[in-house]
Amino acid sequence: MEEQFAKLDIRKDENIVYKRTDLLVDRPLSYCPGCGHGTAHRMLMEVLEEMGIQDKTIGISPVGCSVLAYDFMNIDMLGAAHGRAPALATAIKRMWPDRFVFTYQGDGDLAAIGTAETIHACNRGENFVIIFINNGIYGMTGGQMAPTTLPNMRSSTSPYGRDVVLMGHPIRITELIAQLPGTYYVTRQAVHTPNHVRKTKKALRKAFENTKLNTGISFVEIVSNCNSGWKMSPVQSNKWMEENMFPFYPLGDIKVDGKLVEKKEE
Amino acid sequence: MGELRLMKGNEAVAEAAIRAGCDGYFGYPITPQSEVMEYLMVEKPHERTGMVVLQAESEVASINMLYGGAGTGKMVMTSSSSPGISLMQEGISYMAGAELPALLVNVVRGGPGLGTIQPSQADYFQAVKGGGHGDYKMIVLAPASVQEMCDFAKLGFELAFKYRTPVMILSDGAIGQMMEKVELFEPVPRRTEEEIITQCPWAATGKPKNRDHIIITSLDLDPAGQERVNLKLQAKYKMMEQNEIRYEEIKCEDAEYLFVAFGLSARICQKSIDLARANGIKVGLLRPITLFPFPNAQIAAMAKKVKGMLVVEMNAGQMIEDVRLAAGCSLKIEHYGRFGGIIPSPDEVVHALEQQIIGG
Repeated sequence: MEEQFAKLDIRKDENIVYKRTDLLVDRPLSYCPGCGHGTAHRMLMEVLEEMGIQDKTIGISPVGCSVLAYDFMNIDMLGAAHGRAPALATAIKRMWPDRFVFTYQGDGDLAAIGTAETIHACNRGENFVIIFINNGIYGMTGGQMAPTTLPNMRSSTSPYGRDVVLMGHPIRITELIAQLPGTYYVTRQAVHTPNHVRKTKKALRKAFENTKLNTGISFVEIVSNCNSGWKMSPVQSNKWMEENMFPFYPLGDIKVDGKLVEKKEE
Repeated sequence: MGELRLMKGNEAVAEAAIRAGCDGYFGYPITPQSEVMEYLMVEKPHERTGMVVLQAESEVASINMLYGGAGTGKMVMTSSSSPGISLMQEGISYMAGAELPALLVNVVRGGPGLGTIQPSQADYFQAVKGGGHGDYKMIVLAPASVQEMCDFAKLGFELAFKYRTPVMILSDGAIGQMMEKVELFEPVPRRTEEEIITQCPWAATGKPKNRDHIIITSLDLDPAGQERVNLKLQAKYKMMEQNEIRYEEIKCEDAEYLFVAFGLSARICQKSIDLARANGIKVGLLRPITLFPFPNAQIAAMAKKVKGMLVVEMNAGQMIEDVRLAAGCSLKIEHYGRFGGIIPSPDEVVHALEQQIIGG
């Protein structure tokens, strides 16, 4: 088969319809097979490439599974302490106002240890993009309960399921920050089907375009799976995510152009 | 002669930052150093030089704003007082690990805990021995006057960029709050973005096509790699010990006894020297200006000359450990300290010298 293709010599530039963006470093990702991080990275880098802003972009990676995001994204990046990415981004954007600045954070990073930095950066109306990967679990440390772990959901520190009386409720931080006057665009997306991937990419593009307006934070939550932490196969985890995560974290725009999106009648 | 002004220490360090070409100040209010940010806000440095001043939501945020700014090559600073500096320790450790330059001002107050808002020197260990996690040091400058609050801001930025390291000015509530005459240095223009990109090729400023992407991090999961990081840091600290030791000797030529003191305590000891010498006691003062790197050789040299040393500190005995290590002999070296915000009087320091060293 391969020989045939070689003979046909179809591997020409003019025949390429899709290829990996050069803004992704050519090395194996450190993520588990089936995880959504890789797709989210790729969409983000494709957007930066299409906008032609590689040389004007400074990114900040968190502590968590995506701590090594700077190894995969071919742009200048800083690795922040756990939860502090919005503080770094605040200073960078204020001192390099013509740069595009983004943070890439997980749920523990953004909605637990970094809650203060998240809320105050949003409330000040800083002009950078926050990309929030919510998979309801601490993946890197081995599957502990996250601020976004669903009620009754099992994790290594809620082995009998999250008891909300004892362990508190999951936090919908995206809805929370959408209430703040400093946020301009707040949306919740997913990357587990081609359709969702397309929508996520569109949302990321809008978020970075918004940066030019200097009108506040653009916040893109991506609800994702953690097949390893959830102890499921990738396919099972995506199904579980649709059935359990999406009802609690409904997809769609929450705030667009500084205005809250009115809830549709169900 | 430069412009003369009557200023508080906290105001002097703020004015000096603007004049030194600082790009950004990030801080959080805490007594006794709030005048630093208050002065900056009144001065509108964004109009004077383009400097950014931002009141953060916490000291944790402030220090991480410094990390972000410094990682992009900007000249950044913060100021706080003891409890706030404790909150910053994580960030300082990250900055030391990622080799980022920044100026930190600690206007020390009495502790532990919420302690008091009065002056103290009880943060010596925290400043000099690392403070946060991991093997790191930072250059620590100890001003004894408002003039030095001004001068050390400029020097601190220079050393921070020379060694790509956080530098701390270890002041105290009295130096921060008292007013003295200050001779201000001529303003230095802030660096342009092009100058930053040229002068700081290590900084994350946005990746052009013709160079690799830059990563600012303190993480290296490979033990061999992390050991290399540590060895590089230790080599840097050796360089600081070779090049950056600063100290002052007062009336040491004929001294039979020696005060060793830094900052405000050294100021008090100067008066104690006059009182003691009026009574025929030949005492001098060795004042470490850099607390790290520490003037070990000078202490050792004096240890061979004098009959005893009194280490005077506004704490329970911290620098005395370094003095004894440096002296490395059986010389009588004792500590005299007041804490909790009490400032010792020159009289009681002389009395302590007589009781603990001369008569002891």
